[in-house]
Amino acid sequence: MSTDERILIGHGSGGKLYRDLVGDVFVAAFSNPVLDRLDDAAELASPGARLAFTTDAHVVQPLEFPGGDIGTLAVAGTVNDLATAAARPLALAAAFIIEEGFPLPALRRLCASMGRTASSVGVPIVTGDTKVVQRGLADGVYITTTGVGEIVVAHRLGADTVRPGDLVLLTGSIGDHAAAVLAARGEFHLALDIESDCAPLWHLVAVALAAAGEDLRFLRDPTRGGLTTVLAELAESSGLGIEVEEAAIPISAPVQALCDLLGYDPLVLANEGKMVMVVGPESAAAVLAALRAHPLGRRAAIVGELTEAHPRRVALRTAFGTRRVLDMPIGELLPRIC
Amino acid sequence: MGTPEHSKPGGPEEVRRLADALRQVSAGRRLTFMEVCGTHTMAISRYGLRQLLPQGIRLVSGPGCPVCVTAMRDLDTVVALARLPEVTLATFGDLVRVPSSSSTLAAERAQGADVRVVYSPFDAVELAATRPDRQVVFAGIGFETTAPAVAAAILDGARRELTNFSVLSLHKTMPAPLRALLDLGETAIDGFILPGHVSVITGSLAFDFLAREYGVGGVVAGFEPADVLAALVRLAAQREPAVAIEYTRAVRPEGNTLAREVMSQVFEPSDAEWRGLGTIPGSGLVLAPAFRQFAAEERFSVDPGPSREPRGCRCGEVLRGLIDPPVCGLFGKRCTPEQPIGACMVSSEGACAAYYRYRDIGE
Repeated sequence: MSTDERILIGHGSGGKLYRDLVGDVFVAAFSNPVLDRLDDAAELASPGARLAFTTDAHVVQPLEFPGGDIGTLAVAGTVNDLATAAARPLALAAAFIIEEGFPLPALRRLCASMGRTASSVGVPIVTGDTKVVQRGLADGVYITTTGVGEIVVAHRLGADTVRPGDLVLLTGSIGDHAAAVLAARGEFHLALDIESDCAPLWHLVAVALAAAGEDLRFLRDPTRGGLTTVLAELAESSGLGIEVEEAAIPISAPVQALCDLLGYDPLVLANEGKMVMVVGPESAAAVLAALRAHPLGRRAAIVGELTEAHPRRVALRTAFGTRRVLDMPIGELLPRIC
Repeated sequence: MGTPEHSKPGGPEEVRRLADALRQVSAGRRLTFMEVCGTHTMAISRYGLRQLLPQGIRLVSGPGCPVCVTAMRDLDTVVALARLPEVTLATFGDLVRVPSSSSTLAAERAQGADVRVVYSPFDAVELAATRPDRQVVFAGIGFETTAPAVAAAILDGARRELTNFSVLSLHKTMPAPLRALLDLGETAIDGFILPGHVSVITGSLAFDFLAREYGVGGVVAGFEPADVLAALVRLAAQREPAVAIEYTRAVRPEGNTLAREVMSQVFEPSDAEWRGLGTIPGSGLVLAPAFRQFAAEERFSVDPGPSREPRGCRCGEVLRGLIDPPVCGLFGKRCTPEQPIGACMVSSEGACAAYYRYRDIGE
């Protein structure tokens, strides 16, 4: 990056700009073998247990939205990042940056839902920090959570362990979180009934691990940048191609309606309660059945397959039998004009 | 933008049936059809519809992406307005990343300009009402689809006697560029897929001159794969050129007269410069005399300086349907959605962006 470049909104959107920022600034400054893997959670070398370690900053407007709030999000985000390393959450730390004048009852509400969400997956919030900044220097409240988890499997998961013929599973419908937040902002004056999928997924991942064992090779939660970004990154870092079946991807009718209206691609919308799993073909049916038996995985589906054809690229087969490339989004999502 | 379509036509089987019908009706003929609207361009690429067409049928994109056809000088003016310290520039998101001669609104925003993405021009009016200390300028861009809402927003601003709200009207109107294209005569077009959303307002009658004066047919189409294919079947089957409606669930021959009345109350036609097509008489909309006090170009005197087209960019030829985007030497190399050189690569309705984002997998 040259000297006159500045941070754009798009740098925070999980697409190519974001990846460039991480590589050019953060990895460049902090590079080490653990960080360089750029996993959602890092594995720590520790005597005895294998530990996973991660942190996640949360900013969202509105702070409360149908299906959740920034508190549920702050817990779910970090628990889910730990879950991508097959790690049971052991403890969370929470840091709050609060804007002067923020109503205390609202803070109590957010913390109550944080507490509820954390106990639902049996993880204590054991430490924290609070800073208050002058009015105007923050937008209500920002919450950063850091989590430690215990990796419960003996095998290592990761993009470098997936093989041709492995299947891609998605644990439910896409786009619900982004669509719920967009609708809740009220900017579109839409009366769409959409709830965020925001939820901690450790129990769901545990169910899949029990069903698949070592056949579960890769886990990633499709947050910013959506399903497309997870698949594009997986193709790139595994060196394999991925075939995706569009018709197999679950999507709810109101999310589809919102996307049709605004010209959004649902495949790049953020999710906060979904997991992408790569599973060996022999175990896929068992994992699918196990996911569907869990309340958070009822709409789980096999959506794609790893292949040696078109290495490093994701092909989408549309419902109409045509095929096209699935590319990582660039930055900020912008609605169309006409 | 319209309302969500709850009854979408045509599932995969309908689409297959229409593709077969197109093969039969076109009977191996070589036919070139132009999809005028950027939303059609996107839909065609996103669903990979070219893969379903018989070999002889070629689809070319036309001048119907609002951001893409906006002249460089106008983009420079928008940036210059955003740089004024007293101005809050409100705009639709599509404009934010479009390169002007030397900047983008996104870059200006990062350097401190007050640029707000709004989803409706009424949001800009609201912004002005709540921020009397700021001059809110709405960059009005788009065709007949957006102009009526902008007109209504200006009426709202007038009713509320807002003195800190203004509009830079870069609106353009639709049938004119098709006439200009046909007059240029450089693109051989056998028929038009006519814009669905624009036609909701203008009606299909506004396009009748295509068949009557130029002998070229057109079909107003919706945006689902089955809509586009059904329109192609009808175009290929035409014995006599005519203008017809496939998108009957939204479009009537006479259009929406009420919306047009609001438009003509607030705006009047003007000459407008189109990227790729030059100045087309009567193809733009400026504020009518009774509303001139809301014209940003009169309230602020900005000189954007000389404008510069990016070297090597062939947006203009893409917009006239002369070349497919990959023919441009910059396409996918120096010009990508990440580092766009021309507007056609950055707009969510631009032909270059559609071709790039939804390219074939190329095994």
